[in-house]
Parts: sequence; structure tokens; C-alpha cells
Amino acid sequence: MSTAELHAGVRVGGWSWVWRPWIVLVTLVLAALTFLVFCVSISVGDFTVELPAVIRTIFGQGERVDEFVIMDLRMPRALVGLIVGAALGISGALTQSIARNPLASPDVLGITGGASATAVFLVTATGGAAITSAVGLPAAALTGGLLTGLLVYFLAWRRGVDGFRLILIGISVSAVMQALTTWLLVLADIRDVARAQSWLVGSLDSRSWTEVWTTLWVTVALVLVVLMTSFQFRPMHFGDDVAAGLGVRYSAVRAVLLLCAVLLAGVAVSAAGPVPFVALVAPQITMRLLRTPVPPLIASGLFGALLLIGSDLIARTVLPNDLPVGIVTAIIGGPFLVYLLVRQNVKRVAP
Amino acid sequence: MTSLRNDAARLGAEGVTVGYADRVVLDNLDVSIPTGVITTVIGPNGCGKSTLLRTLSRLLKPRQGTVLLDGHDIAKLKTRDVAKRMGLLPQTPIAPEGLTVADLVARGRHPHQSWVRQWSSDDAGIVAKALRMTGVADLAHRPVDSLSGGQRQRVWISMTLAQGTDLLLLDEPTTYLDLAHAIDVIDLVDDLHEGGCTVVMVLHDLNLAVRYSDNLIVMKDGSVVAQGHPSDVITSDLLLDTFGLQAKVIDDPVSERPLIVPIGRTHVTSKVSLS
Amino acid sequence: MEQRGQAPAPAAASPRRLPGLAVLVVLLAVTAVLSLVVGARSLSPAEVWQGLFGDPGTDQRLTEITLIVQTLRVPRTVLAIVAGLALGVAGALIQGHTRNPIADTGLLGVNAGASFAVVLAVSVLGLQNPVHYLWFAFAGAAGAGVLVFGLSSLGRGAGNPLTLALAGQGVTVFLAAMTTAVALSGKQTLDVLRYWNAGSVQGAGWDVIGVTAVFVAAGLVVALVNLPAINLLNLGDDVARGLGVNIAAGRTTGVVAVTLLAGAATAACGPIAFLGLMVAHIARWITGPDYRFLVPYAGLLGALVLLAGDIAGRLVVRPAELAAGIVISLIGAPFFAALVRLGKFRQA
Repeated sequence: MSTAELHAGVRVGGWSWVWRPWIVLVTLVLAALTFLVFCVSISVGDFTVELPAVIRTIFGQGERVDEFVIMDLRMPRALVGLIVGAALGISGALTQSIARNPLASPDVLGITGGASATAVFLVTATGGAAITSAVGLPAAALTGGLLTGLLVYFLAWRRGVDGFRLILIGISVSAVMQALTTWLLVLADIRDVARAQSWLVGSLDSRSWTEVWTTLWVTVALVLVVLMTSFQFRPMHFGDDVAAGLGVRYSAVRAVLLLCAVLLAGVAVSAAGPVPFVALVAPQITMRLLRTPVPPLIASGLFGALLLIGSDLIARTVLPNDLPVGIVTAIIGGPFLVYLLVRQNVKRVAP
Repeated sequence: MTSLRNDAARLGAEGVTVGYADRVVLDNLDVSIPTGVITTVIGPNGCGKSTLLRTLSRLLKPRQGTVLLDGHDIAKLKTRDVAKRMGLLPQTPIAPEGLTVADLVARGRHPHQSWVRQWSSDDAGIVAKALRMTGVADLAHRPVDSLSGGQRQRVWISMTLAQGTDLLLLDEPTTYLDLAHAIDVIDLVDDLHEGGCTVVMVLHDLNLAVRYSDNLIVMKDGSVVAQGHPSDVITSDLLLDTFGLQAKVIDDPVSERPLIVPIGRTHVTSKVSLS
Repeated sequence: MEQRGQAPAPAAASPRRLPGLAVLVVLLAVTAVLSLVVGARSLSPAEVWQGLFGDPGTDQRLTEITLIVQTLRVPRTVLAIVAGLALGVAGALIQGHTRNPIADTGLLGVNAGASFAVVLAVSVLGLQNPVHYLWFAFAGAAGAGVLVFGLSSLGRGAGNPLTLALAGQGVTVFLAAMTTAVALSGKQTLDVLRYWNAGSVQGAGWDVIGVTAVFVAAGLVVALVNLPAINLLNLGDDVARGLGVNIAAGRTTGVVAVTLLAGAATAACGPIAFLGLMVAHIARWITGPDYRFLVPYAGLLGALVLLAGDIAGRLVVRPAELAAGIVISLIGAPFFAALVRLGKFRQA
């Protein structure tokens, strides 16, 4: 067989990458779709802005009146949705790759539970003030989430970290956090409970430019680290021994990527609350779309963003009384989980 | 014992003590892997042969002693450098579902690649050659999990070939394979050895080990009890002492090697002498 | 050659096991008395006696005591014992049938199903009285449990304990979101929900307790019938079939028992997680893998632990109360984590 029959390469000077046309095509289509839904999301609302006007405004050519509505009100919300969705998608892809389990998601690592308990604590302890503070609540939630994530990691560490143990310990720590959250809700004032409950299901309401800037730089930095490290991760899909044989320092790589997954999920939860299922669904769907054997990183991020903004659009337009975006992602994600479970059965029965 | 730092040995261990949490498996062991031949480590279950291979391949860290690769202390070498000199095929490698043969073999080029150099034309050429040499070229675009056991082992060996090393460590490459496929795989390994590779294998099938190796390391309870050419090493006494196996050692009618014929309690003719 | 690691012969073990049950019953009785004594206002045993059997007449103090004992302490004690028994037995049964060491009603989505059903009953149908939405809770608990169990035993991941946990978690998250969606529609519903979620044995009337007790009794009977079959099923489906066990019947009986028990307990108390898991493991540690003893032990331990949790909840934040369900989670989850660390759960 000739080298021409293997994958083609993209070669520029000393640099080279594998050329996979289908993957590139689908990724570009996903990016385009995401941009489209992003613009539609901005255009739709109490006061509809025409799509062309939206695009003009984004590139700085719009009219003054459109600019106010878009830049001050709609754009931040859409941008937060974009960033949070991407962070969740990538975090999910990483978690599933590390755990080698298609049902895993960063929620099981304990971060979500920790962030939720901290956020509810703040809301119920300080009254509504914490929700309106754009920096206080997200920062606290992030810290709480990270500390919990660290706790889970150290509890699961025993001469190295094993995906199985990590998930089980994560579930039990999450359960403790859940119990604490439940108790806090019992103690709280009923008005705070409604606010807390809404945050707890994942919401993009009232997100402002502060959230955009705090999440954007952190997410971009993390994504860069992930992309650079992910090259080292690829042999690890063959097991630790083969990876070591191929020259990968797997403990270090796994620790870095796990940390990134935790941080990305933490940033996402702090900005939008624990939006369910995005991190589970995005890698699984893109894996099937791109026909890769393992969850793809960039595509998962794009699809996560698409899913979140799309769900927010549906939540605002189709559903009654302005329900939080988490409800829509749950409606999409739940049946998809069932499909994943059932499909594992179909695969076993087939010869 | 000859010094390990001579030219004939690329890989060796000096005074290594290796253990797991509470028990010591290898105690102050010295071993030397001669270059250019097939060395097989054999021994009864639990003798430490897998542990030895894993220590030599740097998967396990010895509590004491040094493992030497090309004269350097392997613990001080960078992981990538080790991977460029030594290929390893562990016992149960995992292949993600849907991964194609070509992609798996291509992964063997990893130690020579980087984030910005992921598929040079050299890489493509070497992978194509590796696929040809192991005879799986026409399977290149099939998913690995759709192959038979024997084909899969060939593909994994192809991956270690693509790594471009001339030192190959194989941990039980024929377990779970039926005899025909096992012979097939070991013939392939022999081809590679003929091409200049130094091979170290752990095998549990004694006769396969005896036929294909030029150098046998026999282990028991964490120590080396014998080392050398199969014709010199394999005797009925050794088999009884090391494996607890009563056997007759005769000349193999097919190759110029010994053949081990086990003697059990039943179904043997009444007059059997153990010479 | 000596065979190490074999379980002690049954004859040697059973002399210890039967008296052990008796000890547990005594412990339970003592704890029950403790439960009557302890609370925001401590009563002496003599006062409890008077409260139970005395006639207060016009004595103000005695009337108060009778009120406390009869309408507050006795019902919660009885419910704790009934629900604890139910959850302990259900937990042991689930582990026996799924051969999954991390199976538990909380992980199976049973709790989320009950919450969702309750919220629907309260907001859509406007039901206020717990004895009414009890039935919905029961249906929701049973439905979710069967769904998760069914889904996770279908797939290729069926042997892997993780599949059950992750499937349960996914279904729980989904149902929780749906529950929130409905709950956000009204303050009333939200209020009911948040108290419901805290798994408590306090506040249930005798009507609720009565219905629960009937279901639990039925569930216990079915469970007892199922016990010998579980021992055989644990040898593997093929071996069991060879020994003449009807596998489908055995599994179905088990599912029916678990549904009755877990459903009733959750419907009466709200979601209580980790109790079944904890006591099933403790029971196994005491009795070994013989389910004819493991299950009764698990039941009694469950009653004991739930009662103890309720008592603890009354003491730690006195004069306020911490719901038993929360106390159990705060103990049970770390217990579970400790077991994981000790390597008690090996991958299938």
C-alpha cells in the first residue's frame, strides 16, 4: 500500500497535521450554525431587531438605537451563553475521555454540587443581595466548586487516580453537598428559595458584561492549555501502559487535563449555575457527527455553545413564563441519556 | 556474570529490588539482555516475570538498583527518549471503539511528533511500511475491534514497529490466541528479529519459548535460576525444580530445539524414564 | 492443600446470627424509648409513661406532656422504625438482585421520581394533604426506580456498577429540572417542595403512617418470600437455572418488594438517600452473604439508624431540628466514600 492511501497531510514548512476533510467540514458547519443562532438569539426578544442589523452592529456598523439594545442587553447574555456552553462542552469531552466512560460528566466530579451549595448559602444568608452582585456570587460559587473538586481528587487519590474511584467519590461528595443545599433551602426565606431554585437549575437571566469578561479570559486561557496538552493525551486512549511506552508522562498529563476540566466546569457553573446535560450531550453527539472514536474537543465546545444558546432561545420564545435555560437542556438531555443507555444494548446484540 | 556495560547488552538490570505496596517481588536481581537476539522470560505463575518486564520497560520503578538502557540509567532519561529507543506491547492494550488500523499504527509515531508536527511525510512512509511488514496493509481502514485476535495482535505489533525502535518488549503476546495464530504472531516477531530487532518477551507457553528464543531467562520466586540457550538450559531437572513439572525433554522433530513432553499421573505408558 | 479465605461453615456462623437479631431488637427498643424522651423539651421516662398511659384530666403540665408524647414523639418514632425497616430491607434486596455494591434507592432516582410526582400533585391538582399526595409520591418513586433499573440493565454496561450510578444520576438530574420547572410556577408548590425534599419522619399524621405501614408490611412479606431465591440467583443466572430457580419470577418478586418498600418509605418521609446502602453493607459485614440473614439484619439496622438519625437531628441544632434525611446523607455519603477508598467496590 502506498502512503497516498493513508491519510493526507497538511504540511507547511516543518509543520504538519493530518488532513481529515469530513471533520474540518463538520466543524466549520458547526461554527457557522453557532454564529447564526447567536445572531438570532440577539435579534429575538421583546423588541425584535432585524438579523442584518444585528450582524452590522456586531461588526460595529450598526445604528445607535440598535446598539443600545444589542450591546447593553442582549449581547452579554448571548456571549455568556456562548462561553459557558463552550466551557461545558470541552469540560465534558475531557471528563469522558479521562474516565473512558460515555456517561461521565463533570457534574460527577463534585464541582457542581459544591458550587451550588456555596451559591445557595450566599443567597439565603445575604438575602437577594448576592444574586444582583455580579462578581460576588460567581466568585464564591467558583471557589466553592473548586474546593469541592480538589476534595474529591484527594479523596480519590491512592497511588494515582482511577476514573472509577473518582466518579464514585464524586457522587458521594455531591450527595453531601446536595444534603447541605436542601437544608439551607429549608432554613431560608421563601422569596430567596425561588431565586435560589432558579439559579440551581441553570439560568442566563440578567447576565451582564462583567460575567462576560470574567469568564472569557479564563476560558480562553484554559482552552489553549487544553489544546496544547491534548496532543499528549491521545496515546492515553490506549491505556496507561501503552501511553508510557509511547513516551507520555500520563500522570502529569491526566492531572493537567483534569484540572482544566474542573476549572472550565467551575467557571461555567459560577456564571450560569449548574446547567444540566450540556457537558454530557455535546461530546457524545459531536463524536457521532464527526465519526471519531473519542470525544473531539473543539467540536464539543462549539456544539456546547450551540446547544446552550439554542436552548436559551427556546426557553425565551417557545416555553411559557420565561423558564430558565436549564429546563430546556434537561428536556433535550434526558431522552438523549436514555438513548445512550439503550443504544449500548443495541450494539451488544448486533454481531 | 559479565559486566552489564559491555556492547552485547543494550538493556539490563543491576541489583533491582521491585515490589508492590506490602510485598517484594524481585530482590536484588541482576539481568542482562543481549543485543540482536530473542530473549524470553519464563517461569511459573507469580515468579515475577511480568514484573521484570515492566521494570525493564520503566512501567515500574525499582526501590533499589538501576535499569540500564544503552548504558544510561533509564530513570534519568526523558520518557520520550526512552520511547524512541524501546517499544513496548503490554498485556491488554485498549483500542477505542471504531478506531481504524491505520490510525492505531500511526499513533506509534507519537514519540517523534509534536503539537505542530503531527503527520510529516516521514511519518506517513514509516507507517505504510510498518503496515506492509506485518501484513495488515489491506486492513488499514477497518476498525480494530472488528478484527480477529490474531490480526489484532499483528496490528499492535505494527504500532510498535512504527515507533521505529530496534528494541522490542512484548508481555504475553500470544495469550488468548489459538495455536495457529500464536505461531503466526511469533513467526512475525522472529521476522523482526531477523531484521535486526532485539526482542524481550514474556511467554507462558514453554514450547513456544524454547523453539523461538535464542536466550532463555528462567525465573522462580523473584530470582533468575537459569539463563542461556534453550538447549543448554532446559532439562527435566530444571523443569521439576522450577515448575514442579515432571517432563521428558526430547529433540523436537521439526526444529533443532528441545521439546518438552509433560508426564502426568494418568494416560502415560507404564515404563517412562526421565532422561 | 489448605484452603484459605473460605467463608466459615454455616453451622459455625448461625449460632452467632440469631442471638444477634435479638440484640438488635433490644437495641431498637431502647432507642425507641430514647426517641420518646429526647426533643426540644426533654422528658423523663416517668413523664413519658404518664404521657402514654396516664389520664391528664385538667392538669396543664400533664396535658402538654401527653400532647408532646402522643402527637409528636410516638408518631415520628413509629414512622422512623417503619420507614427504616423498609429502606433497610429494600437496600439489601437491591444489592442482592443487582449484585451491584453501590445500589441504593437514592442513586436509583427513586427520590427524584417521588419529588416530581409530589410537585405535580400539588401544583396541577392542588392537593394539600400529605395523605393525598402520598399516592403520587409512591407512583413516582416506583416509576423512576423501575425506569433506572431497567435502563441500566439493558446495555453492554450492565455488569459495570458505574452504569447504574450514572444512569440514576442522569435520571435524577432530569427529574429535578422538571420538578423545578413545575415548582417555579407557584410559591405554594415551592414551599411544599423544599420541605418535602428534606426527608423527614416528623409531622406525618396517623393516617399517613397507617397507609405506609400497610404497604411496608406487604413489601416485607414479598421480600421474605424472595430471600431463598436471592441466594441462588447470586450464584449466577446459569447456575441458578440449573438448580431449578425460575429467574424471571425471582427477579420480578424482588422488584415488586423493592417498589413497595422504597416507594412507601419515600412517599411517607420524602427522599432519604444512602440508608439502604449503608445498612446493607454493615449487615453483610456481620452476617456474610447469606441473604436469609442479611435482609432481616439490614431491616433492623435500617430502623435503628433512621431512628438514631432522627434523634441526632433533634439534638444538634436544638431547639431547631435537622431533618433525619439530611443527617443520614451527612453520615451515609462519607461512609460510602470511605468504602470506595478502601477498595470495597471493584470494577466488574
